[in-house]
Amino acid sequence: MLQNIWKWLIIPLIMIGIGTAIVIYAVNNPTDSIVARMLTYERIFRVIREHMALLLISMLAATFVGVAAGIMLSRPRLYYAGRVVENIVNVGQTIPSLAILALFFTILGLGFRTAVFALFLYSILPILRNTFAGIDGVDYSIIEAARGMGMNSFRILTKIELPIAFPIIVAGIRTAVVINVGAATLATFIAGGGLGDLIVTGLSVHRDMIIVTGATIAALTAILLDYLIGRVEEKIVRWS
Amino acid sequence: MIKLEGISKIFPGQKHHAVKNLNLEINKGDVCVLVGPSGCGKTTTMKMINRLYEPTEGKIFIGGEDALNKDLIKLRLDIGYVIQEIGLFPHMTIEQNIATVPNEKHWPKEKTKEKVEEVMNLVGLDPKIFKDRYPAALSGGQRQRVGVARAMVADPPIMLMDEPFGAVDPITRARLQNEFLRIQEGMEKTIVFVTHDIDEAIKMSETIVVMREGEIVQHATPSDLLSAPADEFVSNLVGRNRSIKRLHLIRIHEILEELGRVKPIPEDTKTDEIKKRLDESATRTVMVVDSDNKLKGVIGVNDLKQKTGEVAADYYQDVMETITNDATLNDALSVMLECGEGYVAVVNENNQYEGTITLGDLLNVVKEDS
Repeated sequence: MLQNIWKWLIIPLIMIGIGTAIVIYAVNNPTDSIVARMLTYERIFRVIREHMALLLISMLAATFVGVAAGIMLSRPRLYYAGRVVENIVNVGQTIPSLAILALFFTILGLGFRTAVFALFLYSILPILRNTFAGIDGVDYSIIEAARGMGMNSFRILTKIELPIAFPIIVAGIRTAVVINVGAATLATFIAGGGLGDLIVTGLSVHRDMIIVTGATIAALTAILLDYLIGRVEEKIVRWS
Repeated sequence: MIKLEGISKIFPGQKHHAVKNLNLEINKGDVCVLVGPSGCGKTTTMKMINRLYEPTEGKIFIGGEDALNKDLIKLRLDIGYVIQEIGLFPHMTIEQNIATVPNEKHWPKEKTKEKVEEVMNLVGLDPKIFKDRYPAALSGGQRQRVGVARAMVADPPIMLMDEPFGAVDPITRARLQNEFLRIQEGMEKTIVFVTHDIDEAIKMSETIVVMREGEIVQHATPSDLLSAPADEFVSNLVGRNRSIKRLHLIRIHEILEELGRVKPIPEDTKTDEIKKRLDESATRTVMVVDSDNKLKGVIGVNDLKQKTGEVAADYYQDVMETITNDATLNDALSVMLECGEGYVAVVNENNQYEGTITLGDLLNVVKEDS
């Protein structure tokens, strides 16, 4: 048991270790005064906090809305609408995240809320698509067996369809998280804060150290979250 | 028990009847097999009984009650439903799969658990071993057993079975069929069974309903169907080798006693004695049993030539495949063909030797009949 916990924790600990080491090194060994002013513990923690806030709020809302909409569209009555929405979503996914941010900035103005909203919309797409595809993909004979044995539609949804679609839904959430961590670095362009602050500032003052610090933390966050969700899924899904 | 009156079904957007003015009565405790080519309406007919399809016209009575006006969920909870192995829920353990209907009926947990173990034993799956496995970890034959157990667990008076033994190899299928018939003997359930395999239909049924293009062509007992097919369609379906199909209707125990076969030999029999016995044997083989009459092996003429010891125990060969006496003669034939031998050993469930069926015995049966 204890060994299992260590197996679970070893990769997250390595990620956090690398991240911490880079932050400590960067803060204590600034190449010049500009870097020293930009890279303070206080500033770094602030952008990480902002980044996590962007990520968590938009992801929670997107998961909720995406799964709910996916379930609704998979109902027989809305099935053809579901197919249409699936296609629209696929097209929507090809719009660059920067364009989405820019679009909502013209409507909703600058700031954290606009960034959260844009990220939320962008993250719904893979979650909704996977929820729909996951439920749609449940073998019809399984549904018919359940109906034939006297389960009603709601029981079939909760006991059969959702559990079987669960791994696919989770795959959608993982995709969304990874995209979201990257896209959230763009929030800085509409004054949304986050790790993008470091990266864009670094770019504009030509200081690689600042860019690398921001980019590494973002990358490590993406890997870490993807890993953790994957492990949690493995714990829950024992049947495949 | 089940009565269909003037049942028709037209699927939305289609002009032709899937099932057309069908009348059928199935007696309590009977196995009624619907058979016919694909698209003949046999599955549609079956699915109208638990109303997975609603009939366009007609009435259905189950145990005297009007099924079409009954609460849908109640109706289905009291009808066992088996479909091909793929209908198992992949995300649930075998125990959870089998407990589906009890859970829908809100049985107390203890009762469900007890009953699940009971039906698992009945279909020959050890609960200790299989209870917590997932369907993916089972063989095709085991999954079919789970399917049957799941349909039987709440003791429904009626069971609908849609090609329940369709997806396994012939030997496993024969075994499952025999086990099922054995279980059915004690249960007396009313069963509607759909298959496209006429051999399976002949073997399993009290009555056979042959269907074509949504209509019943003939409704008869297997024996009548073989001897008096209603028209060319039925006789084509039954096939030319009707006498071979009769092998489905005869069980091994029915002929085993008449045969008075050569006795098996104990493990310590000397070579001279074995030689003598081999000369007497029709198949030029003798079965070797232990003191408990359990089948240990077989000695053929060739084994004797290459013998490596003095008594039977030293050089008998393993028996590839055995059969139980509730199997049909056709099962015996397919085992012989499968193993490439002219005989098959009959044993009981404890592997005790009961006799040997040979190809010659089957020939005699076919000859007598025709």
